[in-house]
Amino acid sequence: MYNFEFTKPKTIKDAAKALAADGAQALGGGQTLLPTMKQRLAMPETLVSLTEVDGMVGVDSRGTGLTIGGATTHAQVASDAADVYPALAGLAAGIGDPAVRNRGTIGGSLANNDPAACYPAAALASGATITTNKRDIHAVDYFQGMFETALAEDEIITAVQFPIPQAGNYQKFVQPASRFALVGVFVAKTADGVRVAVTGASGSGVYRWTAAETALNSDFSAKAIEGLSDDPSEMITDLHGTAAYRAHLVGVLTRRAVTASR
Amino acid sequence: MAADGGMGHATKRREDVRFLVGRGKYCDDYVPAKTSYCAFARSTVANGKIKSINTKAAAKMPGVVAVFTGDDFVEVGGNPAGWLINSRDGEPMKEPKRPVLAHGKVRHVGDAYAAVIAETREQALDAVEAIEADIQELDAVVNMADALANTKTLVHDEIGTNQCFDWGWIEDNRAATDEAIKNAPHVTTLELVNNRLVPNALEPRCSIGEYDPGTGDYKLTTTSQNPHLTRLLISAFVMGIPENKLTVHAPDVGGGFGSKIYHYGEEALVLAAAKKLNRPVKWTSTRTEAFLSDAHGRDHVTKIELACEKDGTFIAFRTETMANVGAYLSNFSTATPTFLHGTLMAGNYTVPNVYVNVKAVFTNTAPVDAYRGAGRPEATFSLERVIDKAARELGINPIEIRRKNFIKPDQYPYASAAGLEYDSGNYDALMDGLEKLADISGFEARCKESAKNGKLRGLGINSYIEACGIAPSNLVGVLGSRVGLYDAATVRVNATGNISVMVGAHSHGQGHETAFPQIVADMLGVDPMSIEIVHGDTSKIPFGMGTYGSRSLAVCGSAVFRATEKIIAKATLIAAHMMEDKPDNVDFDAGEFSVKGTNKKVSFGEVALKAYIPHDFPLESIEPGLEETAFYDPANFTYPSGAYGCEVEVDPETGKVDICSMVAMDDFGTVVNPLIVTGQVQGGLAQGIGQALLEHGIYDENGQLLSGSFMDYAMPRADDLPNLVVDHSHATTCTHNPIGAKGCGEAGAIGSPPTVVNAVVDALQRGGFDVEHIDMPVSPARVWAAMNE
Repeated sequence: MYNFEFTKPKTIKDAAKALAADGAQALGGGQTLLPTMKQRLAMPETLVSLTEVDGMVGVDSRGTGLTIGGATTHAQVASDAADVYPALAGLAAGIGDPAVRNRGTIGGSLANNDPAACYPAAALASGATITTNKRDIHAVDYFQGMFETALAEDEIITAVQFPIPQAGNYQKFVQPASRFALVGVFVAKTADGVRVAVTGASGSGVYRWTAAETALNSDFSAKAIEGLSDDPSEMITDLHGTAAYRAHLVGVLTRRAVTASR
Repeated sequence: MAADGGMGHATKRREDVRFLVGRGKYCDDYVPAKTSYCAFARSTVANGKIKSINTKAAAKMPGVVAVFTGDDFVEVGGNPAGWLINSRDGEPMKEPKRPVLAHGKVRHVGDAYAAVIAETREQALDAVEAIEADIQELDAVVNMADALANTKTLVHDEIGTNQCFDWGWIEDNRAATDEAIKNAPHVTTLELVNNRLVPNALEPRCSIGEYDPGTGDYKLTTTSQNPHLTRLLISAFVMGIPENKLTVHAPDVGGGFGSKIYHYGEEALVLAAAKKLNRPVKWTSTRTEAFLSDAHGRDHVTKIELACEKDGTFIAFRTETMANVGAYLSNFSTATPTFLHGTLMAGNYTVPNVYVNVKAVFTNTAPVDAYRGAGRPEATFSLERVIDKAARELGINPIEIRRKNFIKPDQYPYASAAGLEYDSGNYDALMDGLEKLADISGFEARCKESAKNGKLRGLGINSYIEACGIAPSNLVGVLGSRVGLYDAATVRVNATGNISVMVGAHSHGQGHETAFPQIVADMLGVDPMSIEIVHGDTSKIPFGMGTYGSRSLAVCGSAVFRATEKIIAKATLIAAHMMEDKPDNVDFDAGEFSVKGTNKKVSFGEVALKAYIPHDFPLESIEPGLEETAFYDPANFTYPSGAYGCEVEVDPETGKVDICSMVAMDDFGTVVNPLIVTGQVQGGLAQGIGQALLEHGIYDENGQLLSGSFMDYAMPRADDLPNLVVDHSHATTCTHNPIGAKGCGEAGAIGSPPTVVNAVVDALQRGGFDVEHIDMPVSPARVWAAMNE
């Protein structure tokens, strides 16, 4: 690890100011950034910790949906969202291990946008809004490819607003080593229709499987998509599975998610 | 007999207390005054010509005190292979030099070509980045078949080939085996890969070099499974430091699994640097460095043929194997695929013909050497997979085909067709035990239950034999070993009656500090807690050969036994003197000496005190003191064996395998501490299941390690494992060591991989899929691909 400066601002304003400096880097739970720094693959001059910024931690279900502070840990989402949005809480409970879940944050995960992370699937399927210190970004506009998002350099995810679907479920098939999603599928049945978001499979990151959505809109059952499989041509092949295997898993997991949707 | 805590008692491991509360003292916990820190520049290419290394900028970096390159070690020796193998044509193996730091060429990703010593670790790492190395990347040799066929791209130009040796075992049996297979009514053939594994001990390697300019003494504190071997290699081969001027100390070590048997260049470097700088030099491996530079395990490609009668009677086994030795010969890399592998290729069976051919191959990958099981898992996997396939082809139950060919209890000692003499065993008893404990008769019902849940259930059966406590020295010498394979122990009874036992074996998870005292306590009739084990420091212990090959109890434990016998013999003389009678009239039992037919008695403690306060000793016949040393060189290997059973469920939609049950029925001979033995088997099973389902050290065609971190290299975790059922009650004792013990450290890792794969193939066959084999790791992707081919 290279030497770096460390700051822990208490307000969004101070955090944004610190992040505007050259070589500054936001630090959420550090579950990706710190290992990268330990391997000397990243050398930020200043780490701006977001964990003590006022108002960025918590799960609020008082409105119509669920608002989760950007610095809220996976463990807290797993416990505090369990009654209101069990599919999302289940997803959070399945990320990493207890140590990861007690450090890693929803804002950190979404800002990093790892193509095999779980939260992007939840955000895209739920039709979430990513709130930053500058604006609201709809999930459709937010995810822009592998590790790419709509965030500007000094933009901080302060909260994520999840509309709660009529029914939903997340199915993850783990990559055996990292236990990230080899393929993960989030199905959300909403008043506006069914959304199927897939993570882990595509080199471009999370995406919606529209063919399945169409079929499920007319019949929300596993049977409706029996035999339907996604196009493997844009999918990842690596030592854990071929594109064809991932495409196959997308079908299997979508059917399972539909069946398990509550 | 000790009242409590003696032989056979399930005593909890006393050393665990300090480990569990964080009071273990590992190498990295040692920080001598004025310690400097070492970091290595390692190759990022698999094969490259070193055109120049400019260290000027690095040397000027803050805190840097020295920079070394391969040029600094041209004059010193290379790290040798410990075993000379001759090829079938009689030619000795190719043995290219393994330098302390790469010189002229780098030969694998992670090959160290320079080292920086600085005031802090971070400064050393910063300076490594300032080294300007001009390394011309060359084509890499990764695939073994390509390496043998390709004579243009060589790992070592000076030997003119990528083949280290072409070994036949037993060469004189080759023609008869070929003939038997040619004429056999049925021949089953299987091609399989034994996947490369990265050992990944919890504690990465760490070495600290110290030099005392006043005395000229060196000290190496290092993560080693056998400090005396490391000292011998450094002294006799690499650096020429006299053995009596070099102490090697391996303190608490957090696991080895084979990877810490060997001497590594980093150890020589910190010693050389410590002398040059006149201050301690420390290097602690990162996990990344461990992936790239620790000796890996397995990596065989094998074709095996089993010839048999139509009734399943075995006629012959014949194998052709390519064994990867990586870029350099690690210390036991040549013994592992040969004498620890080929000699086991008759298994538990009365097969009359066996022939094994092994070609060892250099590639631009990390060195490959012994890893938990070392050759025997490879042998067992090949045998037990092809037997399963033959059983299916012949329509014979997999248990029955094994029983039909088992060596029977009245056939011992049994000379196997692969050249070993098995001393004892009872494989049918083990299989009986397995059938009962694993409830094999209830399998069909469980299979139906699984089917109701949409899962394919399979049953895997395996029987294994292994050879532990590699020995005897006079035989291994004939076979090419460059070291002896005895072990040693000194039992020192102190004046106040407590006891220190200095042993040559090293404990890094095996529980020696608990088990060895049980032997001594049992023999002397004293409290085991009054006995302390000293190990790991060459300045304190007799010359021993360390810990590997499940040898500690069978070999070093026997040395402890012999030394304790000597203690009893001398204590008897002292007791006879004290009781004024002849030694022949003195009995010793439960810690008390007595004169036959009288009420005269003295306790062991009184004798110990007298030994050190010999005011009235007949010094012409009894020396003062009570301390004895024994070196024990076994008469033969020991032969643990077992019958394993495993049930799996395969998800036909995803290919995911869940292990529902794993039962290990082992014969380890006499068990000193059943709790430790159970733990050893459980650990071995976890590693074997890891190999079967999860682990894979995989290089791409350019020699880059794709699974070079825990993000891609899947270690087994608790939730990957079923409840592990372990039983070692069906024991036959080893006939040639005084304890009767056979060794338990590797069994689980040897017996479980074919058990799991047999179960997966069985599940797929029962599910109607024509799948004969899936290479390990049997990942979901591979199972799904096999089902959909």
